[in-house]
Amino acid sequence: MPASPHARSPGNPGNHGTHPSAEGLATAAARQTYRRVQRHASMRALLLTLPLIVFLLSTFIAPIAMLLARSVQNHEMADGMPHLARALVAWDGNGVPGETTFALLAADLKQARESGQLGTVARRMNFAQPEFRSLLMRTARAVGDDTPAAWKPALIELDARWDSPETWRLLKRAATSPTPDYLLAGMDAQVIPQGTVASVPDNASVYREAFLRTISISATVTILCLILGYPVAWLLANLPEKQSHRLMLFVIVPFWTSLLVRTTAWYVLLQPGGVINSLLSMLGLTSHPVALIFNRTGVLIGMTHVLLPYMILAIYSVMKSVSPIYMRAAKSLGAHPFTAFVRIYIPQTLPGVGAGCFLVFVLALGYYITPSLLGGAGDEMISQLIAMQTNTQLNWGLAGALSAYLVIFTAVFYFIFNRIVGIDRLRFG
Amino acid sequence: MRTSLKLHCASLAVLAFATSASHAAETLNVVTFGGAFEAAAKKAWFEPFTQASGVTFATESYDGGLAKLSAMEQAKNTTWDLIDMETNDAITACDEGLLKKFDKKTLGKTSDFISGSISECAVASMVWSTIYAYDASKLKAAPTSVNDFFDLQKFPGKRGLRKSPKVTMEWALIADGVDPKDVYKVLATPAGVDRAFKKLDTIKKNIVWWESGAQAPQLLADGAVAMVQAYNGRIDDAAKKDKKPFKAVWDAQVYDFEWWGVPAGAKHADAAAKFIVSQAQPKASADLSKYIAYAPPRKDAIQYVDKQRLADMPTAPENFKRAVQINANFWADNADAINKRFQVWLTQ
Repeated sequence: MPASPHARSPGNPGNHGTHPSAEGLATAAARQTYRRVQRHASMRALLLTLPLIVFLLSTFIAPIAMLLARSVQNHEMADGMPHLARALVAWDGNGVPGETTFALLAADLKQARESGQLGTVARRMNFAQPEFRSLLMRTARAVGDDTPAAWKPALIELDARWDSPETWRLLKRAATSPTPDYLLAGMDAQVIPQGTVASVPDNASVYREAFLRTISISATVTILCLILGYPVAWLLANLPEKQSHRLMLFVIVPFWTSLLVRTTAWYVLLQPGGVINSLLSMLGLTSHPVALIFNRTGVLIGMTHVLLPYMILAIYSVMKSVSPIYMRAAKSLGAHPFTAFVRIYIPQTLPGVGAGCFLVFVLALGYYITPSLLGGAGDEMISQLIAMQTNTQLNWGLAGALSAYLVIFTAVFYFIFNRIVGIDRLRFG
Repeated sequence: MRTSLKLHCASLAVLAFATSASHAAETLNVVTFGGAFEAAAKKAWFEPFTQASGVTFATESYDGGLAKLSAMEQAKNTTWDLIDMETNDAITACDEGLLKKFDKKTLGKTSDFISGSISECAVASMVWSTIYAYDASKLKAAPTSVNDFFDLQKFPGKRGLRKSPKVTMEWALIADGVDPKDVYKVLATPAGVDRAFKKLDTIKKNIVWWESGAQAPQLLADGAVAMVQAYNGRIDDAAKKDKKPFKAVWDAQVYDFEWWGVPAGAKHADAAAKFIVSQAQPKASADLSKYIAYAPPRKDAIQYVDKQRLADMPTAPENFKRAVQINANFWADNADAINKRFQVWLTQ
């Protein structure tokens, strides 16, 4: 039944609201039925994709979200020494707190030591200041033995640091959650006693430079891959089928080989007594081994080799779909082959170039094994520092903050690439 | 004394047999640093224990650190039963409640254990050491001291070092004239840290950094370095098994214990504890040295070690003269701060 707009015409106000016409009712009912059917259909469609959504949420989005949440969470104090943490959050933060807080400190230290949580708190406090760990451990051991008349003088006598406002300020900061501390530390900044944000001293500033280095290595690798990959992709796309298939094997076989195997192969090739250096000295080109490994050169060679197939395949797939008619047309209109190539062919392959560059750049950002095996001291990429915080320092807050920055960088680059090339135009394989 | 020890071993064996029926199907999941040490531990400890008790072993290797253990604990699903740990990890893990408390009484007589080799949660399995080694077929003169490691004039060539301030800082100070006894006192001051970095600056351009223990002998074998810092067992293994002309320099060796710990949530904790007791017996403790040059952590075990083998041990008197014991508590307190400066120094 077609819906009748006349039934609700403004010229017929009497029908409005109070006495809807039979026809109007029927239309509304039909519309409702229609909506219900539609909803059922989309629900069914949703149900079909539900496993995928659940899979994505539980294995991809939730872990990442949890990791990123760690960068602002600060729960060690609140879990391990709850009473002191609560008192410190309420405390105004001026000078040294009074006897009650000291008594809470003593009680919580004792309790945390028994429950096995003192180590976690101590490790957390050591991130804020070296030797805080030994201060807490020592105090906890002393506290277990006896109960003095007043805790404040007793603890200050045990260690003068308990009389320092700085100690208590750090404890108060550690009791607050969420905090931006890890996010600041990931950018080599900290909150100074005056309450403002400032850069850390130069001899403790690591991460900003590491991010810049990571971006610069990734960008160099991307450019190298593009320079090497574009002609190869062109060759693959334009050779007769039989030859191109054979050539394709040279791209595909390394692509299928494990990353570790390829990196180790470069290690063997590039080392001072390795194949390349032996060859050079045999040919009389060098008297001393050329430094090809444990420096930036090694990292760039290794990463370019590992990532090159991504670039070639992305460009190749686009080149395959470029019709040769346009080039022929350009030439028949009198264009020089070079001009035709630059003005007609290259623009048509840009989506492939964009896809390849984006893919290579983003993969390079997270590289870990290749730089750690082939690189030297000045070539550490950010993922190596994240691994160090995760595995050896157990500072998962800082690891989360550094990862958050890496995710943000990737998102920003995605946005930029999307603006320049248009992600919808990307084609893979 | 020998008879009492034998009695002890015998009673233990009886105990193991008595319990074997109930544990017949048990498998312990052991995590070690892998490589030559795991192979040696398998022969010296795992196989005899399996024969005695029926408990079998499934091994897994890792690079140290507490990240995985901590994550398992948080997820309440600990799949490991026994972990091979470095001292600083054993201390931190115990402090954070990641390890089960260990009942010292089950070990029997412990007075002969080297001081500090039994902790609240863990028992030392062996003594290992960080030394430096060179290829005798390539160097004209033999380096003898840690000063030679820093002397580029007398011994030109690259130096391989573990990419960590641990041991490296200690050596820099000793090479700069600090007595091995005072090294942590000096390193605890900012001026001492500066001094160590200043000494390291003199060889910085010639350093090749390695990260996993297996890389060290490899670097030396490849000729990538003239001298390399390494774990003594790995160098000994390469020299004895692969017949490499590698020589270790023991001056200012930095030694440390290696520990067995049982995770707090371990599913086969009892069997794991029994294993620790069995491998800590003097004879078993000494057996490891048959397969790798790591020393038993107790004096009563020395009598079972092959006389010739003793010379390869970190604890041999000839090697032990200027030995430094790693100060795990110092590193637990200062690792964060020094690591950060080390990272900055690396990239400068």
